[in-house]
Amino acid sequence: MTDETETAKAGWFSDLDSGDLEAAEDAITEGEAKAPREWPAIAVESGYTDSRDEYYDRLHEATMTATRAEVRERERADDQQLVHAIRAMDDCSRTANELAERLAEWAGTVDPDAGTGVEYARTLARGESEDGLEEPAIRSLAERVAGLADEADELREFVERQTPAVAPNLSALAEPVLAARLISLAGGLEELAKKPSGTVQVLGAEDALFAHLRGHAPSPKHGIIYTHDAVRGTHPENRGSAARAVAGKLSIAARVDHYSGELKPELEAELTERIETIQARTTDEDVDSDGGADDE
Amino acid sequence: MSEQLPEGVQRREFDGTERLATRGEPVYGEPTDGEWRAWNPHRSKLGAMLELGMDTALSGGETVLYLGAASGTTVSHVADFAGPTYAVEFAPRPVRDLLSAAESRERLFPLLKDARKPATYAHVVESDVDVLVQDVATRGQARVALENRQFLADDGRLLLAVKARSEDVTREPETVFEDVREELSEGYEVLEARRLEEYHADHLGIVARPR
Repeated sequence: MTDETETAKAGWFSDLDSGDLEAAEDAITEGEAKAPREWPAIAVESGYTDSRDEYYDRLHEATMTATRAEVRERERADDQQLVHAIRAMDDCSRTANELAERLAEWAGTVDPDAGTGVEYARTLARGESEDGLEEPAIRSLAERVAGLADEADELREFVERQTPAVAPNLSALAEPVLAARLISLAGGLEELAKKPSGTVQVLGAEDALFAHLRGHAPSPKHGIIYTHDAVRGTHPENRGSAARAVAGKLSIAARVDHYSGELKPELEAELTERIETIQARTTDEDVDSDGGADDE
Repeated sequence: MSEQLPEGVQRREFDGTERLATRGEPVYGEPTDGEWRAWNPHRSKLGAMLELGMDTALSGGETVLYLGAASGTTVSHVADFAGPTYAVEFAPRPVRDLLSAAESRERLFPLLKDARKPATYAHVVESDVDVLVQDVATRGQARVALENRQFLADDGRLLLAVKARSEDVTREPETVFEDVREELSEGYEVLEARRLEEYHADHLGIVARPR
């Protein structure tokens, strides 16, 4: 690679030896140019190939190899990785919280002003508290808690980065962490795609569901999809409808993701429209609050 | 119906009905007749535009940049009658099928790239292509067409299928189409526009040339 202006004007073949397919693959995948040029003519002129026909033969070979490799690479980001990541994330934050409680209890015996929670553990670990809390065992425990909490944050970032690659539609409709949770609860993207939307609606509410099936509880309105803004942001009276609408669209999104993989932006718009209709029902009652409600 | 089919595209009989057809390896389980295979306008917007008699100015043998190739249903037919054909698609899963369609087509070049970022494929796709076909399901379809104008020859053609529901499902398709046409006029002159309703709901087919 030479200076920037030349790279911006270079074709995929510019730095290549004629037979080097691996380098050609990289050049196709990674390369960029400011504007297209008469590449076939330039390739022949520069001696990369002898004829236009030969250029196109090479281009076919190179694009096939590069694209095949890129597809394989992108698909390796698969649903099982997500399932492990989200479970590890939950384990880390749950353990961090438990240990933070233990820590607060302990630190409270030494320092009456001791705080609570993961944030307190972080301050303690950074050694910023000026309370003369010099018990090394407590500080050491605080460091573990902070470390676990950091690990949970990093896992969340990983999930947020990977889920859109695995399930683009599902993560567009729900935020990536909820999308990953649904995949994890179902056991995989394919399993989620094969579930009826009524099941998706109560995923994560298994206890309530079985209590209902045993006959001594009302049916649950929502499982983990409760964390979706469209469900939580809806008046409790209409939450069942909202949960049904969200579950329906999320199931469709999961099926599109599993069977086609193409992004369909209209799904998101359809859901927004439906939720607006449902939320408008309560707004009708309290006419005075213009545009209605604390939802937005 | 006027017959302005490009060379390499014919109307042939399949099971008693006349259908568009091109010559090549079958791709998606379409009916075949010898080396000819039927081109289903219900699954292909460009197929629908030809079937409805729109003047695409295609004559066969052109250099084509195809944006939104998906699994290669339409682009395989294009590669059958056109010259060098660059197929851009963003989603990895359909590209797997696109690759198998490209296997037997030596002048079809599959690219896993984002049509909204032309710089990522300008080092591969040549300038002055004769035809730019666009069928992408993202918001801002006019913007994509404008940003990819740099690939098109001055006397080239843009064949665009606008999907109203990708822009905004809540608005009337007609108003969406109007907005798209207006934005498109920044860089193109629309020669013909027609709803593809018979085959694709809420789609507008546009033939345009750069201005």
